[in-house]
Amino acid sequence: MFLLLTPALAVIVALLVVPLLWLAWQSVYHNGFTLENYRRILTEDIYWHSFLQTFRIAFIVTAATALLGYPVAYVAASLPRRWSIIVLAMVVLPFWTSVLVRAYAWLILLQRTGIINSTLKSLGLIDVPLILVNNEFGTVIATVHILLPFMVLPLYATMQKIPAELTMAGASLGGTPSHVFFRVFLPLSLPGIIAGAVLVFVLTLGFYITPELLGGGRTFMVSMLVSRNVELYNEWGAASSISVVLLACVFAIFWAASRLIPVERLMGMR
Amino acid sequence: MLYRHFKGTFVAAVAGTTLMATPAYAEQITFISQGGAYQEAQTRAILDPVAKKLGITINQDSSPDAWPVIKTQGATGKPVWDVVDTPTKDCIRGGEQGLIEKLDFNKIPNAAKMPEEYKTPYSAAYEFYSSVLAYNKSKFGDNPPQSWADFWDVKKFPGTRALRNHPLATLEAALLADGVAPDKIYPIDVDRAFKKLEEIKPYITVWWTSGGQSAQLLSDGEVDMEMAWNGRVSAVQKEGGDVGFTFNQGFLQNTSLCILKNAPNLETAIEFVNEALAPEIQANLPLEIDYGPGNPEAFKTGKIPAERATELPSAPDNAAKQVLISTQWWSSPEGEAVQKRWAEFIQKP
Repeated sequence: MFLLLTPALAVIVALLVVPLLWLAWQSVYHNGFTLENYRRILTEDIYWHSFLQTFRIAFIVTAATALLGYPVAYVAASLPRRWSIIVLAMVVLPFWTSVLVRAYAWLILLQRTGIINSTLKSLGLIDVPLILVNNEFGTVIATVHILLPFMVLPLYATMQKIPAELTMAGASLGGTPSHVFFRVFLPLSLPGIIAGAVLVFVLTLGFYITPELLGGGRTFMVSMLVSRNVELYNEWGAASSISVVLLACVFAIFWAASRLIPVERLMGMR
Repeated sequence: MLYRHFKGTFVAAVAGTTLMATPAYAEQITFISQGGAYQEAQTRAILDPVAKKLGITINQDSSPDAWPVIKTQGATGKPVWDVVDTPTKDCIRGGEQGLIEKLDFNKIPNAAKMPEEYKTPYSAAYEFYSSVLAYNKSKFGDNPPQSWADFWDVKKFPGTRALRNHPLATLEAALLADGVAPDKIYPIDVDRAFKKLEEIKPYITVWWTSGGQSAQLLSDGEVDMEMAWNGRVSAVQKEGGDVGFTFNQGFLQNTSLCILKNAPNLETAIEFVNEALAPEIQANLPLEIDYGPGNPEAFKTGKIPAERATELPSAPDNAAKQVLISTQWWSSPEGEAVQKRWAEFIQKP
């Protein structure tokens, strides 16, 4: 059986594990063993600011996708199968458009002379255009849009498996609809929320194109630090040390989440 | 960036194996520029005519950021590139690190009449572009901003603004806005420049990163004024954008030609550099693209129509209004330190 895994494993080891270890090695070895790259991360403000901003954006995006995605998944799970497929198809459809195209689309919608501002203006709701993009706000909107399917799909998978009999039983025992939802359905859907949240959170941490195009230059996420350091120091170690720290953060998040729900569930295997 | 590095190294590696397989010709060189429309333009304007005149073969390659490749080729001691067209900074720091040949200007007579500040011991100016103050014409009518002091004056010139997300030329603009005389800019008083930048920071809508982005901001009306490269602004104009710009207090920048240390075809490379700087050849470039010749003698050949010359950043009249960016300063330790400080400045709310 293991023989069947060998090609895939070989590809992962050769193209992912080996380069990753090589980069990690470069971060501590440059003409001798050095912790200079890590000292820099700990002592210079810019790294702290970027990590803080990146985690803040990841939190906001995770919360927003959960709030937007939960009702969608709920509707999809309670509809007959034929209809739920249509709802899910609509969730996944934008997925097939490139991230770059979607970032530019948001730019066109959100900019000062964009569709949203000109509509609000013609309705007489605003006099001065709202600043919706070229800042953290625009970055968050586009990121939420891109990552929404990663929240909806695990939520749907979990909700679909919640037996309808349980909510019916709750109702027959005299629970009001909201009572049944909060005491029965919501707790049972929690693993889906956690799985979706971990996925969205971790994916946001590595976002590059969206903040680069929609952040107006002042949204400086960790991935952008990596490319800045390649240009600034002209050595791999200065950049790879940042990705090593980020990777450690991701592992910590997965570890914490796996204490809450089993790993295979987190990865959507069950 | 990571991709670029990989690509550059890969191209170098492939080029290395192919060159080693063929016997070294004296009559060929490998020339590297930055690709795109710019490299196509200079192929027609400069490379093809020079190859024909000298009877040599010019193997072309392109690298948007040549510096890491120059470094890796230097580390092997056996470079495969001969001549590079790259920001002057790379030539200077390459020269100081023993990666770039010192030029014997006796063998490059065509550079003799070029202004001294267009040359360094390792390089000669090849083409010019400019960072200018561009603005939305319909917004400002007859009274557009004409200087960096105007750009900083948010009361007299209300409107949204953009600057490049890079300290080069931006620090210089801040100093001009603060009243520093153009000939007193270098060495840059870094603290003073950042202090002045703090003043305008709350009014900057976008810190742009790519030339394309700066053009889009201007043509969509997202910003009313910004610093942008002249070629990008004239491209917006050609597409019908109602935008204007001034060369006044612009920043003249250039790329230079330099030769790799121990280049495989050193003698031919020097001949090529001399010929590429010939006024007659240099005069071809602005006929193909919105960039000025590195050798101002080109303006005396009569090849460049007077109308065209007024549009070019390095035309004597336009050059006189501008500040020449000191790559010497930007490749100094102070200049390198500024690039580090920049990200901190942008990031702090």
